[in-house]
Amino acid sequence: MKVRAPEAPKSFPAFVLLAFAVLWMALVILLPLVNVLAEAFKQGVAPYLSSIVQPDALSAIRLTLLVAAIAVPLNAVFGIAAAWCFTRFDFPLKGLLLSILDLPFTISPVISGIVWVLLFGAHGWFGAFLQANDIKIIYALPGLVIATILVTLPFVARELIPLMQDQGTDEEIAAVTLGASGWDVFFRVTLPNIKWALTYGVLLCTARAMGEFGAVSVVSGHIRGLTNTLPLHIEVLYNEYDSVGAFAAATLLAGLALVTLVLKSLLEWRFADELAAHRRH
Amino acid sequence: MTTDATRDAGAPPFVTEGYKPPKATHKARVLPGFRLSLGITITYLSLIVLIPLAALLARPWEHGLDGVWQAISDPRVVASLRLTFGTAFAAAVVNLFAGLVVAWVLTRYEFPGKSLLDALVDLPFALPTAVAGVSLCSMYAANGWIGSLFAPLGIKIAYTPLGIFVALIFVGLPFIVRSVQPVLAEFDAEVEEAAQTLGASPMQTAIRVILPSLLPALLTGFSLAFARAVGEYGSVIFIAGNMPFVSEITPLLIVIKLEEFDYAGAAAVAVAMLALSFLSLLVINGIQLLLSKRGRA
Repeated sequence: MKVRAPEAPKSFPAFVLLAFAVLWMALVILLPLVNVLAEAFKQGVAPYLSSIVQPDALSAIRLTLLVAAIAVPLNAVFGIAAAWCFTRFDFPLKGLLLSILDLPFTISPVISGIVWVLLFGAHGWFGAFLQANDIKIIYALPGLVIATILVTLPFVARELIPLMQDQGTDEEIAAVTLGASGWDVFFRVTLPNIKWALTYGVLLCTARAMGEFGAVSVVSGHIRGLTNTLPLHIEVLYNEYDSVGAFAAATLLAGLALVTLVLKSLLEWRFADELAAHRRH
Repeated sequence: MTTDATRDAGAPPFVTEGYKPPKATHKARVLPGFRLSLGITITYLSLIVLIPLAALLARPWEHGLDGVWQAISDPRVVASLRLTFGTAFAAAVVNLFAGLVVAWVLTRYEFPGKSLLDALVDLPFALPTAVAGVSLCSMYAANGWIGSLFAPLGIKIAYTPLGIFVALIFVGLPFIVRSVQPVLAEFDAEVEEAAQTLGASPMQTAIRVILPSLLPALLTGFSLAFARAVGEYGSVIFIAGNMPFVSEITPLLIVIKLEEFDYAGAAAVAVAMLALSFLSLLVINGIQLLLSKRGRA
């Protein structure tokens, strides 16, 4: 089979399509990003800087990093375990488990938040028990962490499963035959083979964990300086008409998004063969 | 005819386009770690996904079937469901066309800045929804960059259903582009050349030869964009204005009920939204199945 190579647009319709695509992307996708910068620096650099270093903003940044630092490693370990069991073994109900794994991608982030309130909130299943023992989950750090874990659960597993499927088990079986232990096989054969795909999955997982809004907004309670992550901090400031403050915080997350995009493109360009997303096309 | 029959025999039903179910690569369990990895997987999925969702599904029934019906037939809930699903559908339709053009341009043409344009497609995936939300709201408000162009015409975008529609267009674009792009890139050039040799114009080739083979991928992208738009919260609530009966989306209504400690009502609306959204996906999958059957006949 022959595939058509891209060529410079020659005909009139080609130019119209190209112009439409470029204009559409500029107006619909790029402009909101540019607008973040314009709004943040509307009153100059000094107000921008002072709103980034105010204590509430700093504590929001700290909390965002802390939540991601707990949620991402857990989801990475789960992702590796899930990919290992889905691609290395056959067992009943595998398809069902795979569909459950994909659920967090299809349900609304708001639902990913309220399920925890239904479990651990004041009127939730375990609400009375938690209150009696003075354990706080909702409106506290644990709630933010579990909501983030639920939303970002599939990222690493979904990147590793197709790749490990394609790579097969020959190298690992050879290692076992030669007498290597299970952990030896994993650390010396599997991990080197999947390291870039793992990096890719962790990158997407981290970006989403730090930027998640809907799910954490339900469980956070919006306590300034205590349970406001960076996206929630933006909401609070915006609703208080502190536009510069809100957009200053937004530039940090927009920066994070741009770094993510650059790293993602670099990985896709440099290690295309070692990533699941780009192997098949 | 016979080749079709043999090919179909082993294929599981309802498999979506392009998805390969993982197969066991070796029959005997030569590799270690089955119990450990399966144990971690099942425990984690149960604790994080299954038990919480069970809590959601169990909750609405505490006031009986009547209570559930009352919660979801409330006119305010019905209005929000109509708004949510309607705007999600409209935005996905617009993205179907815009996304197809962007994917076409990215795979067919060579031009300066192409890789930049390609990377930009993923921006709505990468940009946190709250950032997109506040930025879109300020852009489309009456004094914003785009809102101020429409304000003199008497058209309000922010704080109306139109604003929700605009935000969902932003959110949904990458789903269509990323679904169509790989199929378009792999389209067999010989088929296209055959059409042209037989006298088809470039336009005819595009519409009658290439487009039909893109339909499954377009539908996949459509359903992904639609599902995402139905559940979308962060990028919508700022620009929506959130007026009950007019511009209040269902996810927000769920949050409001939760904040009023009406847990059963919130869960009932959430389950209704989930059910409707799975039903829509089922319909789209059905259309896809019909299309693939017709294509084979």
